Amino acid sequence: MTQTAPIVDVHELSKRFGKLEAVKAVTFGVAPGEIFGFLGPNGAGKTTTINMLCTLVTPTTGTARVNGFDVVRQRSDVRRSIGLVFQSTTLDEYLSAEQNLRFHGYAYAMPADLRERRMTELLEMVELADRRTGSVRLYSGGMKRRLEIARGLLHHPRVLFLDEPTLGLDPQTRRKIWDHLLALREREGVTIFLTTHYMDEAEHCDRIAVIDHGKIVGLDTPDGLKHDVGGDVITLQADDTAGAAAEIRERYGITPTVTGDAISLQVERGEEFLPDFVRTLSRRIRSIGLRRPTLEDVFLHLTGREIRDEGIDEQQAMVARIARWR
Amino acid sequence: MSEVWRGTWVIAYRELLRFVSERSRLVGSFLQPLLFLVIFGAGFGNVIGALAPGVNFIQFMYPGIIAMGVLTTSLFAGISVVADREFGFLREVLVAPIARSGIVLGKAVGAAAVALLQALVMLVIAPIVGVRLDAGIVLGLVPIVIVLSIALSGLGILIASFMRSQQGFQLLIQLLIFPMIFLAGVFFPINQAPDWLKVLSKVNPMTYGVDAIRQVFLGSSPALGVELFGHVMSVGEELLFAGLLGAVLLGAAVAAFSRQE
Repeated sequence: MTQTAPIVDVHELSKRFGKLEAVKAVTFGVAPGEIFGFLGPNGAGKTTTINMLCTLVTPTTGTARVNGFDVVRQRSDVRRSIGLVFQSTTLDEYLSAEQNLRFHGYAYAMPADLRERRMTELLEMVELADRRTGSVRLYSGGMKRRLEIARGLLHHPRVLFLDEPTLGLDPQTRRKIWDHLLALREREGVTIFLTTHYMDEAEHCDRIAVIDHGKIVGLDTPDGLKHDVGGDVITLQADDTAGAAAEIRERYGITPTVTGDAISLQVERGEEFLPDFVRTLSRRIRSIGLRRPTLEDVFLHLTGREIRDEGIDEQQAMVARIARWR
Repeated sequence: MSEVWRGTWVIAYRELLRFVSERSRLVGSFLQPLLFLVIFGAGFGNVIGALAPGVNFIQFMYPGIIAMGVLTTSLFAGISVVADREFGFLREVLVAPIARSGIVLGKAVGAAAVALLQALVMLVIAPIVGVRLDAGIVLGLVPIVIVLSIALSGLGILIASFMRSQQGFQLLIQLLIFPMIFLAGVFFPINQAPDWLKVLSKVNPMTYGVDAIRQVFLGSSPALGVELFGHVMSVGEELLFAGLLGAVLLGAAVAAFSRQE
């Protein structure tokens, strides 16, 4: 889908932790300037993939190139090409914002004048200029995240990796972070690669890879993915869930998805389908709704499950634990 | 190679920045050895007579207390490795274009700078306890403190590479510090101790560090010197020994640190 060479180019990438296959032969490419999202539940392999792309974890098999550099053989060049914002804070809380940024500038061998100019520019962009000498310990969660985004961009990376950039932040702060990210793409043309399990966040992406159990089960634009779900979504609750589901299958030839006591089915031209459906279904309908498909439906359609933290099974929990431990 | 040096200085720079930004560490690092000197000196000073011609107990103990400060600061340097891992800062460091060996070296160099600073501050009380001080002594002290501190930091970081919690690390280091100090001849001259204690002391590498610093302050004396296989160790030999041990420990620390990340 892209004419230019992909800036992140991944081929059959796998990672195994002992017996556990955290990432199973994923292949994808990210175009320069794109916002590319990895969507999946906790433990699906998102963080492991990011860690491989950022040279923190060595792949078991497969290859990945970032900015044209191999993530195993050209680690240093990859590191210089990327900025990284981790799931949990990686700031030195005993230092000030300025000191944190300056440390970063030193570590990336930035010339002093460029570093200071860029620090001022970025601190203004993330609205922390007035707190630049304040200790990070006294920052709120949202401020810390903004500072980390500024730090990740300090050395002019080609790709900014964000692992769950708004995890644990309140909705207002999340929106603010996204305003910053979108503005950033406008201004700097930086490629953004992020992982998330928030559907609304995935909507901001140009393209989304849906990942589940270490495999990419769908990859397209948000609209493309929704289109694949197949028309509109009808969700209903009936007195007899199993019976209603069976009846829908027999009478309309549609296979519904049942989660708890909710039945959902996909139909073309839902507005026309609905009146007839309500009249003809023999089970009593307690509630019914019709809507355009969301990414939530996409995920349900692709994996047969809802994207919820409590839905993670034992293997995924273990991957999540390993990923956290590292 | 530039990634090793850049890593070394940028990490050392941060260690120093952290040290000066924490006033409690600044004060505590000075007060602890002072406390030992005052209380042990006052308590034993009158009971124990001259340990060598012209050397009373507090004068004897003073160089050992400086060495003790170096030991504590350097071994505890590893705690910042564990803390960085716990608080996440380590990942910022690991993903930067700097070498793993540079990170370890930087932690050691940072610790050595802090240890040197503490040792130099301790010199202020030399006149109070009646220890002679001149430029030659200060110049002799500096390389010993640096080499000793880097070697001991290597040990601290090596241990830290295997630890996941700060509490665990602290406990282990405390366990290590006590025998290392008590068997190093900080509080008593080892060549007047019983044979079994002598053996334990001579196995303890810290003994040679304490002796080197003591020789710089008090000169070499047969009553206080450390004898190894019938040979009385000189400052140069002890410095060489600390250097070699340090190279081995740092090498092991780099290997352990790079392996597990």
